[in-house]
Amino acid sequence: MNLSYSAEYERFREEVRAFLREHWTPQDAATGLDDDSVAAMTGAYVRTDDRATAFRRAAVARGYLYRHVPREYGGSAQAPDPLKATIIAEEWKRARAPFEIMGQGPSMLVPTLLEHGTEAQKRFFVEATLLGNIRWCQGYSEPGAGSDLASLRTKAELNGDTWVVNGQKIWTSSAREADWMFALVRTEPAAPKHDGISYLLIDMQTPGIDVRPLKQMTGDADFSEVFFDNVRVPAQNIVGKRGQGWVVSRSTLKHERALIGSASLQRRTFDGLAMLAQGVEHRGQPAAKDPVLRDRLVQIEARLVALELNGYRLLTASARGEDAGLAGMVTKLYSTQLGYDIAKLAMDVMGDRALLAPGEPNAPAMGMFGSAYMWSLGVLIAGGAANIQRNIIAERGLGLPRDARK
Amino acid sequence: MDFGLSQDQVLLKDTIRRWLDAECPTTRVRAVMESGSGHDPALWRGLAALGVTGLQVPPAHGGAGLELLDVALAAEELGWACTPGPFLGTAMATAALLASDDAEAHRRWLPGIASGEVVGTVAIGEDGDQWDAAQLATRGDGATLTGRKTLVPAAEVADVILVAAQDAAGPGLWAVERGAPGLGVEPLKATDMTRRVAAVTLDATPAVKLAAGREAVDRTRDAGLVLLAADAYGGARRCIDMTARYTLTREQFGQPIGAFQAVKHQLADIVTDVEPALSLWWYAAHAWDHIRDRAERHAALAKAHLTDLYDRTTRVCTELHGGIGFTWEYDLHLWFRRAIFDRAYLGTAEYHRARAADLAGW
Repeated sequence: MNLSYSAEYERFREEVRAFLREHWTPQDAATGLDDDSVAAMTGAYVRTDDRATAFRRAAVARGYLYRHVPREYGGSAQAPDPLKATIIAEEWKRARAPFEIMGQGPSMLVPTLLEHGTEAQKRFFVEATLLGNIRWCQGYSEPGAGSDLASLRTKAELNGDTWVVNGQKIWTSSAREADWMFALVRTEPAAPKHDGISYLLIDMQTPGIDVRPLKQMTGDADFSEVFFDNVRVPAQNIVGKRGQGWVVSRSTLKHERALIGSASLQRRTFDGLAMLAQGVEHRGQPAAKDPVLRDRLVQIEARLVALELNGYRLLTASARGEDAGLAGMVTKLYSTQLGYDIAKLAMDVMGDRALLAPGEPNAPAMGMFGSAYMWSLGVLIAGGAANIQRNIIAERGLGLPRDARK
Repeated sequence: MDFGLSQDQVLLKDTIRRWLDAECPTTRVRAVMESGSGHDPALWRGLAALGVTGLQVPPAHGGAGLELLDVALAAEELGWACTPGPFLGTAMATAALLASDDAEAHRRWLPGIASGEVVGTVAIGEDGDQWDAAQLATRGDGATLTGRKTLVPAAEVADVILVAAQDAAGPGLWAVERGAPGLGVEPLKATDMTRRVAAVTLDATPAVKLAAGREAVDRTRDAGLVLLAADAYGGARRCIDMTARYTLTREQFGQPIGAFQAVKHQLADIVTDVEPALSLWWYAAHAWDHIRDRAERHAALAKAHLTDLYDRTTRVCTELHGGIGFTWEYDLHLWFRRAIFDRAYLGTAEYHRARAADLAGW
């Protein structure tokens, strides 16, 4: 075991700081947000303007961003090192610099393409996705295929050198903004259900695609239904072979679970919460001084630190070629529950002002935490409902009998 | 960056587990627990022969010269097996000696601890839930101590008690030998029958002051917090393991109860919370040796979180067993009781979370 920030890491931190001083000025960093807890929560400024893109390119060249992606596809190909990753995240936060683009493209599609894509696909999509120039949505869920995803029915038939797609997807995040969709479609109707699925990349500008926004409980419409009516997709836009889409998508889902389970998102929200708790007053004293809220704050922090360190443990196991077993299986369920509890505590920390709506300027942190609270319910469902996770943990992790299923 | 166990550490855990499986089944745990002293010298000699008592003792004094993490790995295994006896006190006494800079005390006590001939313990707590070194009422005066300590583990069988007290220079540690004049040991009946506790009274009792100040007292406490967290993890994982096995064999409505989602999900929830918490005490142990500026806060976080989880785990596991889990004959309550000790000893989870909040400046 070795986790100390040795001189090597202190030097690394100095290098990162020097880079940021040179490439991201205080004028660049001006966000217009005067509330630090909001800034902490939205820490990864998702700017994709030319200034931000030039900065990201420089940071990739220096090995600071997209460290797991090979150089030839726009990454910086660094050996995994969570201490360095932590230093980068801390210094980026301090400088309010544009971090890696988040979301389904970089986090889910890119690792999948790196594992299963053709050379042409990798060249065309990966770097553009990492820089935010191609935005993605995921076409998995259907009205009749939720937890039982493999029962999906949207079909694609090969007609010469073109797939013709018909059917419907639902719960598609960011479908309106997305340039492309990665989708699961049924191409082999006669095969057993898991073996009849292929993984297609679909240009959202293709004629025949109809995107209909779906208003969720927060009042916004971040999801859509997507309808396909004889949508023509070039044959080479398949990832993996025909009928292998399920296997290919497992690698994507694995990345989604890693994304949703990732501690850095929760850390950002928690740091915002800790600042909120010191800033919001209850009857003349900061919420953080209230013994009950103070106790809950530390309870949650311990759970968060455990999740962060569990990530170090998983990474070490993976570097050694060991199976981390339960430690890896539980992170998604653990993290979504933690996310809910962080958001819930933030509601209580706001006291009576918790009833103010997201966006209300008089609400603490502009009501961002109210939004996070509602979102935490959505995250419980995304990427496999929590009860499906519990089944997986009990069956694969603890050896209990499988549920009856067809 | 490496956050995993070494080959030697895996081997250490495996060796202890196999030895305890063979030598300390719950029949023996119960026999020791029902004995007069709660201490089985043969079992202790066996652990010493394995090297468990000397893990952290420097080689110059006959030990292995390893780190608190290695001691915590042993604590995890003893927690898994519900091993009775004076391990916690002796391990904390070792940490206290190492935290103090007192070569004479090292020479006097460490070789015996490593060989298993000396049982040690520490006396920190005082009446009124007082665990703060700066608030202790026990007073040192020249070469004597006067005061009352409580909840001292293994005090009845300890050859040496390292007592946290204060004199004009502030908090420090004093060594009091078994049988010293004015030393009184009053056994207290504890819920956990595998680890005995006693109140210790000192009435102008001869004591040797160690070269140790407040920091050594705090580091002794922090080592104890880590060991309790490791014990809690080992015990909680054992309860989950026992319960998963039980639900595969117990049939109701024509199928193993482990096939019911209600049962599966309860077990999945508890293991989901417990398994990642392993990292918390690993890190706290590592920090005790290597990352001093984080050691105090992480020990507090680990103790509070793991002992909360242990308590919850034993409750859920008892519930999942049904009636048999509530019987004396079934072993589950041994761990249930141990969880109560781990949560309360050295101060409650709430106390340590309040300290962690203070240390963060909140």
